[in-house]
Amino acid sequence: MSETRSGAQIMCEALIREGVEVMFGYPGGAIMPFYHALPEYPALHHVLVRHEQAAGHAAEGYARASGKVGVCVATSGPGATNLVTAIADAMMDSVPMVAITGQVAAQFIGKDAFQETDVTGITQPITKHNYLVTDVNDIAYVMKEAFHIARSGRPGPVLVDIAKNAIVARTTPQWPDKVNLPGYKPNYEGNRRQIREAIKLINDAKKPLILAGRGIQLSGAFAELRELAERTGIPVITTLHGIGAFPENHPLALGMPGMHGWVHNNRAIQECDLLLNLGSRFDDRVTGKTSSFAPNAKIVHVDIDPSEIGKNIRVDVPIVGDVQNVLRAMLEELPARDATEWVRHIHAIRDQHIQKQQYNRPDTDMFMPHDVFAAFTRIVNERGPYRVCTDVGQHQMWAAQLIDWIHPHSHITSGGLGTMGFALPAAMGAQFAQPGETVWAIAGDGGIQMNIQELATIVQEQLPIKIAIINNGYLGMVRQWQELFHDRRYSATPMWSPDFVKVADAYGIPGMRVTHQSQVEDAINAAYETPGPMLLEFQVEREANVFPMVAPGASISDMITETPALTTV
Amino acid sequence: MKHTLVALMQDHPGVLNRVSSLFRRRGFNIESLSVGHTETPGISRMTIVIDSTDTSVEQVSKQLYRLIEVLKVSDVTADPNVSRELVMLKVHAPASRRAEISSLADVFEAKIVDVAHDSLMLELTAGPDKVDNFVELVRPFGIREMVRTGRVAMVRGSNTHSAESYVRSA
Repeated sequence: MSETRSGAQIMCEALIREGVEVMFGYPGGAIMPFYHALPEYPALHHVLVRHEQAAGHAAEGYARASGKVGVCVATSGPGATNLVTAIADAMMDSVPMVAITGQVAAQFIGKDAFQETDVTGITQPITKHNYLVTDVNDIAYVMKEAFHIARSGRPGPVLVDIAKNAIVARTTPQWPDKVNLPGYKPNYEGNRRQIREAIKLINDAKKPLILAGRGIQLSGAFAELRELAERTGIPVITTLHGIGAFPENHPLALGMPGMHGWVHNNRAIQECDLLLNLGSRFDDRVTGKTSSFAPNAKIVHVDIDPSEIGKNIRVDVPIVGDVQNVLRAMLEELPARDATEWVRHIHAIRDQHIQKQQYNRPDTDMFMPHDVFAAFTRIVNERGPYRVCTDVGQHQMWAAQLIDWIHPHSHITSGGLGTMGFALPAAMGAQFAQPGETVWAIAGDGGIQMNIQELATIVQEQLPIKIAIINNGYLGMVRQWQELFHDRRYSATPMWSPDFVKVADAYGIPGMRVTHQSQVEDAINAAYETPGPMLLEFQVEREANVFPMVAPGASISDMITETPALTTV
Repeated sequence: MKHTLVALMQDHPGVLNRVSSLFRRRGFNIESLSVGHTETPGISRMTIVIDSTDTSVEQVSKQLYRLIEVLKVSDVTADPNVSRELVMLKVHAPASRRAEISSLADVFEAKIVDVAHDSLMLELTAGPDKVDNFVELVRPFGIREMVRTGRVAMVRGSNTHSAESYVRSA
């Protein structure tokens, strides 16, 4: 005979059944009964954040670094609305996440009750699915469905909004063995005929190119991608979220394409006669102007989400399935081929554009952000396993361009939504997922201040996160656009900041300020040698730019590689 | 070109909102949408008419499938099918013109469902073109009020878009 449980206890037991070990949250009125039950379940570690948005990003960081479902918890009303940005972020970047929110009791729903908001309504366009639970008997199966939907197919965020009366009520839980979702059947196996069609194109192409995206990482198709590239000699471009899908020290690795991609990559896309898109969604930051993207190419697009195929770019051979399964099936029949001439051609373009400019560092005595990343990539790759969480803006692009990314899932960033304030809380989640690794949060002076309150969480949880602030005293990426496209009118971009080292000190975190190129290595080494968290502030040249660049809306054929000479008006 | 989609979905609270919100945020231009029960309890059927010159029918279908509650989406445009709309019209009808309106209704097999001293209420269920024609012919008499439903459609023959199979698999 099974005992009755409160809704709160059922929620906790459901979390344990789903393998949850840690969750990030913030209590409040409607969710309080859940927090009341929580101490009865020591297997569930709850991290008290300082703002619910950080709970969402920490859950994302955990999910992105572990491959497991991240969990965040908030109360109704403002607690839930503060999660919204992180939920939207998870939706754009296909991050498996379950967000649990308290809701006012069922009899108050629709009455504008205290701390009531229509959270399922608000989050409907930014969740893979969401639930409003008003009956305690629904909690067990809804939790099971929520985790199943979040982690299967194309992963994404699922929100479960549970009314207070259901959290308090008692019942004998009926744990379902399997989910019952007749309308949800992700397709994991690619169509054989389409795969053969792709193989034929690969055999016939003279200038084939692989575009590898986040799908490779989500499906774990690292070995398959490598085998495909090595057997055929086809070079591999990795998108921002494809970073880590293919090691950048591999001779066939080309790095990033698109708005801040390398010139040789965008040229290769425009010249290629076959583009194999493996798990990337043809984001506009990759394609530029879609009508002139890859004009000479046949396009094969492998994606687990059928709605991505043909959404932005015309596709010749669509393959719906898990990219690992598709590549395995492809490799069963794919003969070896050679693309040496074509790779040599791309490398020649690369040699013209990158090496001469030392990774595009302008020739100057000033302390350039490039100097930070040049030292960083060397030290980080020597010091053992790491995760680097970046924020959004110039430093994010420099990190993507200038760090030699070798390891799967080592690069964690907010790509689709471009959420400033992401890095610091995401690093908290990543550290919980990988306690044995060095976790870096890199942010600009703008982004760090969007969630700087989380320094307190880091201290309370004793997380040894290393924080690097690339401080140029501007909202740098916006300033760069103003410089290039808006007559240098620096409207609302100059930014005063507090003394970050003193801020860190106030939280009990050691800090160090770096103002010259010669101090960079020592500072990064100091961060490694200091136990616990440490904050480094790099005060770099204020008006450094990220190049190359494609102007927004322009074709990727038109790249800006340096600041145009000032014209006098 | 006009396309008619038939979608079966679980009859959960908020599912109509999910669909309409999807159309809005994706910028899909929908000509008509009607929803109602099916032969199977718990499953609703939606008939959606789209003009494919400004909205990709394939994207509408694929985006609908992303909704967890959507079971099946079929484009029945190319299949021989019966499409129906219902219109109700309150027409200005002084005694002198009633006979004329009545005989027009007879030709279209429309019903007179209410009679007042200077108006008639007409009801017609027919294919969309026939409904259009009827409304245009009635217009000169003076339409005081009109209500028209979205289209519903069913494919001819013994093949079905039955909701039953989804319940059995559930």
